[in-house]
Amino acid sequence: MSPLDLSAVKPGFADPVHQSQAVFRQVMQAMSRPGTRARLDLDVKPPEGLDAAAAAFALTFLDIDTPVWLSPALAGGETETFVRFHCGCPVTQSPASAAFAFAGRDTASAPLSAFNPGSEKYPDQSTTLVLACSAFDGGPQLVLEGPGIKLVAVISPVGLPATFIEDWRQNQARFQCGVDLVLTCGSEAICLPRSIRIELKGA
Amino acid sequence: MSVQPTAQAELTAPLYNFAYLDEQTKRMIRRTILKAIAIPGYQVPFGSREMPVPYGWGTGGIQVTASIIGRSDVFKCIDQGADDTTNAVSIRRFFAKIAEVAVTESTAEATIIQTRHRIPEKDLQEGQVMVFQVPQPEPLRGLEPRETETRAMHAYEEYGLQYVSLYESVSAYRRIAATASYPVIVDERYLMSPSPIPKFDNPKLHMSPALMLFGAGREKRIYAVPPYTRVRSLDFEDYPFETQRWDDVCALCGAEESYLDEVVLDDQGNRMFVCSDSNHCGERRAEGHVGPMADHALAGATS
Repeated sequence: MSPLDLSAVKPGFADPVHQSQAVFRQVMQAMSRPGTRARLDLDVKPPEGLDAAAAAFALTFLDIDTPVWLSPALAGGETETFVRFHCGCPVTQSPASAAFAFAGRDTASAPLSAFNPGSEKYPDQSTTLVLACSAFDGGPQLVLEGPGIKLVAVISPVGLPATFIEDWRQNQARFQCGVDLVLTCGSEAICLPRSIRIELKGA
Repeated sequence: MSVQPTAQAELTAPLYNFAYLDEQTKRMIRRTILKAIAIPGYQVPFGSREMPVPYGWGTGGIQVTASIIGRSDVFKCIDQGADDTTNAVSIRRFFAKIAEVAVTESTAEATIIQTRHRIPEKDLQEGQVMVFQVPQPEPLRGLEPRETETRAMHAYEEYGLQYVSLYESVSAYRRIAATASYPVIVDERYLMSPSPIPKFDNPKLHMSPALMLFGAGREKRIYAVPPYTRVRSLDFEDYPFETQRWDDVCALCGAEESYLDEVVLDDQGNRMFVCSDSNHCGERRAEGHVGPMADHALAGATS
């Protein structure tokens, strides 16, 4: 194994204690209010392929206890060195054994069904998947309903896999099991917990 | 004798990490909280740590608060609705010292409200977080002592036993006799104990704008009710859920709609009923509301 070129690793949080708290609170609010946008706008310089929000999410939640799966676009690159160096997390080749999974723009390489949905008795052991979107506006309009949403919420992210609606329907149908989703774009994030229903607007 | 600069720095340096817990523990609890929110009402196991207070004093709630709190938060802590009781004062001081946060007794000003036994009378707002200190997270534990069994009952939504227990209560007392820890169904899926809040507060869980987090330190469980989530108290069509009512009003502020505590005044049978929510009562009196015993000596003690 070649020694790590530290000069090539992007820096982590300047103030890990308070920045990770700030990111967590934003993510917690976003997860409890699906469809709302969290700004994880801390001064994070993300590695190649990862949004700033995804990098901040990784620095906040990953550590030695969380096996991480990286999509083909991210594996072996700057992102892998970034999470290995800053978080010390094991990187796994098997999506089904990952606690967290990150996909770059190659979102189609990370179908929901590939990841760990947890078990009936321990649904919390499922994977949390972080997907990079190219934009949060201008995509097909998705209508969200469920816990955390007063009436309905509408999002229109660009860059989700073409089969997303059907994939999500299957993911939601096996509740309490299922994969939780975090969409990132630049320094923003939208959380989609498994508990919510997603339909195409007008469908 | 002069103190060496290094020794002085050691004296002024904080003795603990921000908010007491180490960062690895916070990350673990934060991941647990995310899963708890994603599966409303499901009790997520977590690696509960020893805290500088005994079990039963709010170790679960303190760990949840310590993992979410930041320097810009405003922290409120209540015990039986009151801000000025021993446990509430200790925990509030703990976070003021260890997390350097602002503290308040005002429900409206608080961003995080840690509680045992009550949900404040004042309507909660979006963005606020309630943290409950939970002694026994498992609503079925009194009916089935084995964790392996209750876990399976939750997994397969086998809640018949709970209904049998309510039915037995009806047949013995002609009503559902539970008054606190009254079981609820969250989003029509998980049976959940709302912790020992009076059933008076159960309706406040339903479609609340605030996030509700529940921490059980000894039992090592965290669970959550997200904002705007359906929470239904169990009942029967012919024995519908009802909350407690009082014939009296608050002796100090005259409130008719708040949860009242009975205070025994002497051994002659004299007693008074006062709001359990001390902040609510104080605010009402400040607004000029007057109860039948407003000039009682206790009025000064709780303002």
